[in-house]
Amino acid sequence: MEKRVVFRNNVLPYLLVAPQVIITLVFFIWPASQALWWSFLREDAFGTKSAFVWFENFADLFASAEYLNSFRVTLIFSSAVAGVGFSVALLLAVMADRALRSATVYKTLIIWPYAVAPVVAGVLWFFLFNPTVGMVAFFIKKAGVNWNHTLNGTQAMTLVIIAAAWREISYNFLFFLAGLQAIPHAFIEAAAIDGAGPWKRFWTIVFPLLSPTMFFLIVVNIVYAFFDTFGVIHAITRGGPNYATNILVYKVFNDGFINLDLGGSAAQSVILMIVVITLTVVQFRFIERKVNY
Amino acid sequence: MVAHRPFQTFVTHGILILGALVLAFPIYVTFVASTHTIEEVTKSFPLLPGSHLVENYLRALTVGPRDVGATVGTMMLNSLIMALGITFGKISISLLAAFAIVYFRFRLRNVFFWMIFITLMLPIEVRILPTYKVAADLKLLDSYSGLIFPLIASATATFLFRQFFMTVPDELCEAHRIDGGGPMRFFFDILLPMSRTSIAALFVILFIYGWNQYLWPLLITSDQKYYTLLIGIKRMLDVGEGQAEWPIIMASTILAMLPPVLVVIFMQKQFVRGMTETEK
Repeated sequence: MEKRVVFRNNVLPYLLVAPQVIITLVFFIWPASQALWWSFLREDAFGTKSAFVWFENFADLFASAEYLNSFRVTLIFSSAVAGVGFSVALLLAVMADRALRSATVYKTLIIWPYAVAPVVAGVLWFFLFNPTVGMVAFFIKKAGVNWNHTLNGTQAMTLVIIAAAWREISYNFLFFLAGLQAIPHAFIEAAAIDGAGPWKRFWTIVFPLLSPTMFFLIVVNIVYAFFDTFGVIHAITRGGPNYATNILVYKVFNDGFINLDLGGSAAQSVILMIVVITLTVVQFRFIERKVNY
Repeated sequence: MVAHRPFQTFVTHGILILGALVLAFPIYVTFVASTHTIEEVTKSFPLLPGSHLVENYLRALTVGPRDVGATVGTMMLNSLIMALGITFGKISISLLAAFAIVYFRFRLRNVFFWMIFITLMLPIEVRILPTYKVAADLKLLDSYSGLIFPLIASATATFLFRQFFMTVPDELCEAHRIDGGGPMRFFFDILLPMSRTSIAALFVILFIYGWNQYLWPLLITSDQKYYTLLIGIKRMLDVGEGQAEWPIIMASTILAMLPPVLVVIFMQKQFVRGMTETEK
């Protein structure tokens, strides 16, 4: 795609792109290449000298039980967040689509949590489930479960999943509803005339036609759970108890800024970059092809 | 015709209302907690708003919570400066860059295009340590520029404007040139007014994005003068063994949610448009 009519000027276009290009170079390209470079270095104990160690930092990471644990925790966390966010959002979107005229009202009532920052979402749920002052924690305890997410790893994980998925429901809902409303009503009516009930209509017509939306949302949800949930973890668990919620992005922050392990943190950044780039490439290839039936 | 059964309608609305209530529940409890005294919040679990609303919010806004060293008023102002800085910064640099890429042919055009494009793939979280070092070397720690600049380069806006400019009919540009107009006149008099709706949609999305930034401000602000509200709330929670000041924290939390939530509710059309356009 190119414009047929263009302006001719030898200086102006460079001036126009300059601000964005400078910012991109200074705050993206340069730091990213630094991360790449540092990931091959190792500093001595005093931080005075650094040596080029090839892939040793990476080898150490994959030999470290803590890092592998972090990977496992991230996988559980992101699939649970995506799973909860997906199913609740789809259910609500299908219902809102059926509510016809009142759909707009419900839309307003459901999409606003998306505007709440992840860290604030963390604070809200932390308060509700706080073992000493939390209302929900109080009722859970009354029901006979010993709730204390600061000591119990499974409970901590459950809580961060709820807090992270809460926001994502709104996001998915918005896209599911848009996808549903784009399906021509004639398809549904034709199936109804042929005698298909609502359940069958959903699985044979609506669900397949939603597949492009779903595919797009899967990638977005994984990226969200991998990277944007830092605030949720930082507010609720700080990766604990005993590393039970130490997701990768939190570990990068912790190793880099708290434990000051430059090479190790850089190597983790590089691995994360590879994850994001892979996801983005996958997304672009599939969107090009338009998953559809 | 698809049959409409009363029972089905009942279930539909029932599920939707239940969903909306569950989603709103944490906010409601937070709001209720922000209107009570600390004793009431920690001893019983109030379910209805109390009588200390004005007192708590005024105290948060003007005196500020213990151990944070900044009032919520100051921190809200910082959040606002950061959010608006990011919003206007991103929109301006991407409008200019998209204009150059669509309406000019010049050397390195494709290089620049791809350079901007790959930033799509690198969220700040994956390169925090080196970015922090750059900001430190440029003396941007504890400053508004440090809060704003590293966050304004992202390709999404540039792409959106590029897509939009491609749909602008060539005849407009041709007519403008025949009339002897220069490129910048064309940009300000024709392109910019035509992009109004896209700009509005982006404004909403970017404002929410900017207001909700957390990790970056957390790293580069150590001086309370530059705390954003989200950083302040986290600091209020870190009281160690002491009792957190729940009513003040909850009042601050409500104040932190208010601007972006209001933007979503009152600019819903632009919000939905922005969401669906920037993501695809």
